[in-house]
Amino acid sequence: MWILRCGRYLRGAPSGGASYWGGLSPGSRFTQAASGGSDGRQEAAGDPRRRGPKKVTVEVLDHLERLALVDFRNWEGVQRLEKAIQFADQLHAVNTEGVEPMDSVLEDRCLYLREDNITEGNCTEELLQNARETVEEYFVAPPGNIPLPKLEERDTFLQVSE
Amino acid sequence: MAASILRRSLLAPRCRAGDVAALHSGPSRRRAQAPGPIASGRKTVKSPAGERGVAPWVAVVGLEIHAQISSNSKLFSGSQVQFAAPPNSLVSFFDASLPGTLPALNRRCVEAAVMTGLALNCSINKKSLFDRKHYFYADLPAGYQITQQRLPVAVNGSLSYSLCVGGKKNQMATRTVRIKQIQLEQDSGKSLHDDTRSQTLIDLNRAGVGLMEVVMEPDMSSGEEAAAAVRELQLILQTLGSSQAIMAEGQLRVDANVSVHHPGEPLGVRTEVKNINSARFLARAIDYEIQRQIKELENGGTVINETRAFDYKLGCTIPMRDKEGKQDYRFMPEPNLPPLILYDTKSLPANTNHQQVVNIDWIRERLPDLPSVRRVKLVEQYGILPEHSFTLLNEDGLMEFFENVARQTQMSAKKVIGWILNDMLGYLKQHNLTVQESPVSSLFLADLLNLLERGTISSSAAKQENTRPAMWLHETTLLLFFQGLWQNKNTTLI
Repeated sequence: MWILRCGRYLRGAPSGGASYWGGLSPGSRFTQAASGGSDGRQEAAGDPRRRGPKKVTVEVLDHLERLALVDFRNWEGVQRLEKAIQFADQLHAVNTEGVEPMDSVLEDRCLYLREDNITEGNCTEELLQNARETVEEYFVAPPGNIPLPKLEERDTFLQVSE
Repeated sequence: MAASILRRSLLAPRCRAGDVAALHSGPSRRRAQAPGPIASGRKTVKSPAGERGVAPWVAVVGLEIHAQISSNSKLFSGSQVQFAAPPNSLVSFFDASLPGTLPALNRRCVEAAVMTGLALNCSINKKSLFDRKHYFYADLPAGYQITQQRLPVAVNGSLSYSLCVGGKKNQMATRTVRIKQIQLEQDSGKSLHDDTRSQTLIDLNRAGVGLMEVVMEPDMSSGEEAAAAVRELQLILQTLGSSQAIMAEGQLRVDANVSVHHPGEPLGVRTEVKNINSARFLARAIDYEIQRQIKELENGGTVINETRAFDYKLGCTIPMRDKEGKQDYRFMPEPNLPPLILYDTKSLPANTNHQQVVNIDWIRERLPDLPSVRRVKLVEQYGILPEHSFTLLNEDGLMEFFENVARQTQMSAKKVIGWILNDMLGYLKQHNLTVQESPVSSLFLADLLNLLERGTISSSAAKQENTRPAMWLHETTLLLFFQGLWQNKNTTLI
């Protein structure tokens, strides 16, 4: 689902794609998406593909790989991403002025409220069976997050300049 | 306290353990007497540079407080909420984020959030939404936390708190801090770092427990104000019962956002201070960070927007590792949870199952007296000073003790309060006891004060009884002893 929002960001960029990600605070995500989308709608009201297939920059791809731990593997993977963004951009053909955005197809259902009773738990052994390594009923993890090395230090297809 | 932190920062601009150790010896402290006071609790924080004609600094402090909801089961699953249980024994399949599990919202947590919102004068959003906040860490098995970022359950409230001001710290000033929002969110598990084996042990008992995040606007300007606001919030939460708010057990966690700037100029870069484990350290951590930033800027450096941890042993903040660049949490709506709809008496639909409905008006009617109301009632009912009412409510159980004594004795409440606050509380503090652990019961003290009132014993004798621990052995023996004294009216105990 976040590919749709990703597409809106990339479409509206005046400069490069990277500047979007760097300067954003978490809260602005939806408001920016809304304004970016409306700009797109105004321009592309009669022509959904006016902007044409926009290239995704290397900075954005590196950021995505680092953030979502996704491995594009090769340029084919990137092309698939661009095609997906194009496909989602067709939504801009619809005029959604004054319509509340939908969160999910279940959003009109009633949220079930559970009573505050203890009904689960006490399955330590079962849960620990899923872990490769355990120590005295604890799960074992590396000492901290191991971030992806910087782009320059990685052996990745993204390093080849376009 | 602020003055001593300044001295420390003068001697050790980069907080190194060796320097701090040197600070603790007597002579070096005397040598480094700071010229000029630090005005705390006021808008302007003067640094010694202020004496030399540099513009004064103003600190801006905003707090994000996470309060663990007092409930039997977790926010989205039916596993138990309990402190200190065998590792991973209170974990359901949903908490462990096994595929195929779905969240089911706990009604009690919603009520707790609404209660807290009403107590903090917030507007309750009748429709609130849940979102996912994504980040990777071993104690967050799903890779995301379910929170309420777009539309939280309560917004735009205020919290009034009081602190001692004036030269002698005997006047009470009331301040207000605005509450931006209150939201429901999940807690993460606990990680125990094992540095010797270079691994982290994960316990998911705490994963999924309901939290109320109270976000305050940056209306405060010192560690003292922040500590007073947090203390008041703690009392409110404990009175409501929505959270037990015991900082030592991690039920109340405070993160402070601190920045400094010159009045009239734009706000400075802020840093976030985490890992503050008690109310005592909160004021110290914030004051240290304010002084650190002032020193950094006056030395021509810049303040980096980073997260710092407070080391209570060294008394300073140190940068936390990781955090390369700004975190992008990629918020998205939680697709497994429809919006949370709250009702009031007007909007309540007919023929609904009352178990599935949370009625804001019903909760509002049942709110207990908040601490501020109880203080006013104490002052009105017993004629004590407002400062006394603060101390009575601050100490767990002291108000009930005072009321019990006042009810059972002929001595006037204004005199009783002196005995309670000076002698009783002094004794308890000296011996590190809580009111519940007091060897003197309210009945005994009431009788003692009665004897004092009737002139049977002198106040020095009564004070003596309060300070000699050996006499606490048997209350009835003591009572008989005093009754024996009554026969010999002129005898006083030495």
